[in-house]
Amino acid sequence: MAIEVRIPTILRTYTDGAKSVNAAGATLSDLIGDLESRHPGLKERIVDDSGLRRFVNVYLNDEDVRFLGGLDTPVADGDTVTVLPAVAGGKR
Amino acid sequence: MLSISQELVDKIIAHAWADHPDEACGVIAGSVGSDRPERFIPMENAERSPTFYRFDSMEQFRVWREMDDRDEEPVVVYHSHTSTEAYPSRTDISYASEPNAHYVLVSTADPDNVQFRSFRVLDGVVTEEKVEIVQA
Repeated sequence: MAIEVRIPTILRTYTDGAKSVNAAGATLSDLIGDLESRHPGLKERIVDDSGLRRFVNVYLNDEDVRFLGGLDTPVADGDTVTVLPAVAGGKR
Repeated sequence: MLSISQELVDKIIAHAWADHPDEACGVIAGSVGSDRPERFIPMENAERSPTFYRFDSMEQFRVWREMDDRDEEPVVVYHSHTSTEAYPSRTDISYASEPNAHYVLVSTADPDNVQFRSFRVLDGVVTEEKVEIVQA
């Protein structure tokens, strides 16, 4: 068993085009570290020094992790993590 | 070039007016690789603001999963500017992250001259493209 991570189109250059990849870890932070070891470059597209990037939404199963524990959110085998680019903008 | 039906153009403009003076936003889904916008999906502007828009993250999750299940992708990502021209702002450019999408901007700043324009935004570079009205 592993944790399935669904990758958005714009980040599939890091996964050889794969729509989803497997990773392991006890927390979301660990999971992203494990992803980085398998797909170098992915981590900095998802997190920066202050935590999750504001351009990115990350979901654990059906919940936005910002409403859970952020990067400290526990994850377990069988979970699905989905990464989506935030869609936003404005006149300025 | 964006090829789109008049019906979908009208729906986007109607949504922009419905939410005016706040910015309106949404997507039009189409089959993956087809480049044809087909399914109109107005989204809630979680910011409810005249100067900013953001898809509600949970609504976006449901809509993106539904597109995935139907082998669709966001062919058009649209939003309105309600007091400025229909051209991508710096914020729009920094957030643009669907490489296959046509970014449509509508301006409701001048009721007598509603603008409807389409752009590609790739790696921070904005390119305006022609909009062709096609039969649905």
